[in-house]
This record gives sequence, C-alpha cells and structure tokens, in this order.
Amino acid sequence: MTDGKGDPPVAPDPSSPGAAGGCCDPTSGKTVPCCGGGSPSKAEIRYEDTFLDGQVDTPAGPVPRVHSRIGSRDLLGRWKVRWGIGRDRYRVAPGLYALGAPDGNAPVLVTANYKLTFDVVRRDGTGLDAWILVLDTRGINVWCAAGEGTFGTEEVIRRVTEARLAEVVSHRRLILPQLGAPGVAAHEVRKGCGFSVVYGPVRSRDIRSFLDAGMKASPAMRRVDFPTIDRLVLTPIEITGLLRPAGWAAAGLFLLSGFGPGIFSLGAAWERGFAAVAALAAGILAGAVVTPVLLPWLPGRAFSVKGALAGGVLAACAVMWQRGSLEAPAALALLLAMTAVSSFVAMNFTGATPFTSPSGVEKEMRRALPVQAGLTVLAGLLWVGGAFIR
Amino acid sequence: MDGFRYIGGVATLRLDDAACIGCGMCEEVCPHGVFAVEERKARILDRDACMECGACAMNCLTGAISVTPGVGCAAAILNGWLSGSKSSCGCGG
Repeated sequence: MTDGKGDPPVAPDPSSPGAAGGCCDPTSGKTVPCCGGGSPSKAEIRYEDTFLDGQVDTPAGPVPRVHSRIGSRDLLGRWKVRWGIGRDRYRVAPGLYALGAPDGNAPVLVTANYKLTFDVVRRDGTGLDAWILVLDTRGINVWCAAGEGTFGTEEVIRRVTEARLAEVVSHRRLILPQLGAPGVAAHEVRKGCGFSVVYGPVRSRDIRSFLDAGMKASPAMRRVDFPTIDRLVLTPIEITGLLRPAGWAAAGLFLLSGFGPGIFSLGAAWERGFAAVAALAAGILAGAVVTPVLLPWLPGRAFSVKGALAGGVLAACAVMWQRGSLEAPAALALLLAMTAVSSFVAMNFTGATPFTSPSGVEKEMRRALPVQAGLTVLAGLLWVGGAFIR
Repeated sequence: MDGFRYIGGVATLRLDDAACIGCGMCEEVCPHGVFAVEERKARILDRDACMECGACAMNCLTGAISVTPGVGCAAAILNGWLSGSKSSCGCGG
C-alpha cells in the first residue's frame, strides 16, 4: 500500500456520496483516526507506492514526501485513462504532500486528486521544494472539477484546515492553478481560513518560471491554448465513449440492410450491412479523430460544420473508390450518413475543448441536430429504397 | 487562441461598470484575455472569446460581473435536455 514510513492523509472514500463532511470533522484538523480506519472500497486502487518517498516532519506532524520521477506504472496508468480504462478510479489520497525538502517558507501548490494531474505537478516540480495540497475532486482534473465546484472554495478551506497548514508554513499564501478559478472565490478563501489565493499559471510546466518571477505570471502563462498534441491525446476517449452506441447502431444497420425485394435476406444483411457499418466507422473516425486534429484549419466555427466537412470529404473519397460496386441511391445514402455521423460526433468534441461556451454549444445544437437527424433519415430511406431498384 | 474562435454573439457575460473597482482579478483569472483594466475600471475587450467558465464572476469582489456559467459540452447539454435536469458532464480527461 505505502512504503510503510507513514500513511498519507487518507480521506473518506471519495466515491461514496455524502463523504464530504462525513466522519471527518474539518475543524478538528485530525485526519487519521476515523477517516484512515475505513478500508478503501474494492474499486479503489492505491498508487501511493509509485510516488511516495518517505516523509517530512512538521510541527503539524509527519507529511508524506513525493518524488518527481514518472515511472512505467505512471506511464501505463496515463495511457489507460486516455483510453477510458479505470479513469474514474485514477486518484490519489487528498491532503498535504511534500515535494523536495520544503520548509516553513516554501510555496504551497494546490491541485486536484486526479492522478494524471498530480503526476504532471510533481514532474513539473522537479527540483522545487514545495508543499502540494491535494483537494478531493473525486478524481477529476482541475478545470472540470472547478466547473462542477468540487475544486472549490469550501474544499480549499477544508483541506487547509485539515492539514493544519497554518502550523506547517509561516506564510499565508496558496498558489492555485488559474483554471481552478471558476470554482474558487479567492476573497472567500481568505475569509474562511486566513490564506490568500494567488492564481498561478494555467500550465504546471510554467510553475517554476512563475515562482522565479516572484509569483508573477506572464500574459502567455495566463492563456489557454489547444495545440495539436493536446487535441490528439483526447481522441481515444472520444472513440471509446462511442463504442456502445456504435455497437447498437451497427446491429441496427445490419438489420436494415437485410430488407429488400425478398422482404429479408440474410445475405444482403451481411453484404450491404458490412458496407453500412464501414461507413459508420469511417464517420466516427472523421468526427472523433480527423476533426479534432484538423480543428483550427477546418472552415466554420460550429463543430457540426467542421465535422460535416471532414465526414463529407472522406465519404466522397470512399464513394469514388467504391463507385464500381455502388448504385447511385446507396452511394448517396452512405455519403449523407457519413456526413451526419461525423457532424454529430464532432459536435461532442466541444466538451473536450477549452474555448466553447455553453451558450454557443446550445445554439449550435438547436440548429445542427434537426439537420443531422434529417440527413440520417434520408440516408436510411435511400439505403432501403436502393435495395429495391437494384 | 488564434484559430480557435467559437460561435460569437451568444456569451452571457455582463459587466456593471458602476460596481467595478478595478481590482484586476477578472483580468488575472480569465484564460482568454476577455478583460483589460484601464484607469481603475475593467473593460470587456473581447466578449466573443468568452467561454462562460465563470472564473471572473466567481472572483469579483463587488459582484460587478455576471455570467451564466456552464459546461460547453454537447453531450452534457443533450443529457440535460433528455433528462430535463441541469447539464452535467462526466469529463475526467
């Protein structure tokens, strides 16, 4: 479980509803007895041994120390969550950790308990002597947790109090990631626990420059960006999230493809169904991978438009390639269906981007959904109708 | 965010000029450079760059900023419509 030199501050099982404010009295400052007593649920996997490195003694008791190395288990874990495997259980125990050899003057960096986030912070903190205060965000990253309020004012106050941070450090400053700001009111935190909030850079890789500059962030550090690599790493989860609905849609397509002059033909279901499912897969690929990667270069602002273009072009190429074996209605059906699927799937990527406003997404959806649905119905009619005129 | 402009003219962001004390928190927390503080007053430079995250309103000392925050996520909005409840998104990446 741990290296045996000291258990990390263990929180109540974060997966159980109502755990917040449960057995732990946030005002007592005691973290261990009641909260540490409960065994973690079966679903909870412990990763502490991959990053713990002894402990640091403080006036408030021993604090677990973490190292900055990213090992093979961290890399494997990161790869798995990118594909959606065990993502909601990829957590570290909330509480205070030491990085390097921090003293009472060392900065306090606040972060989320999503292990992917925590790993990035300790990696980017290589060579720093700092305290890391991990909030219980239920294993969600800073940005999304701030939106949901779990990376929030109350949780900051609760963790500061519980870790007895006022006894550990002599200053009264917390450095929060800027993207935590939607959940945290800096002035309320100061009122609640006496610590003032300094918003650090958006990206943890800038934390050293930020500290070196006397806790000043350059304008570039304050802006989010969304480079190709960031978009690319988010595409696997787009696909895995669609596997189940795509499976149902594929089953439906095989069924639909069997209808024809002979009422139902298993041979046609297989043969034409295969073509239809291939078009579905290509549409998903166009919307979930091609569109995100080409996002800034695809024309239009609405993701549904970008996706429709990517899907439409891909479909046109596919139809040209298979033109010998496709009747006109079937070819048109595949073209329309791929465009609609790609458009719908691309629209979903709005949830992964750091620049789409909910008002904008809603406006786009009200316009795009009826068109996508219309195209799909038309494609279905053409597909089945095409079977009769072969 | 050059090359990343989303649908304009929809953001719910509002700034009450009279209530603003020019503390600069909005400028600091905004990840899209929507605000600039000049002569002790904040100004909205680029409303269409706003993604309605709510960071500015949350950290505004005088409540001069209002915005309807939410998740800009199609799946969440669709779920909200279908279930008739508030949009929520299980985004963990």
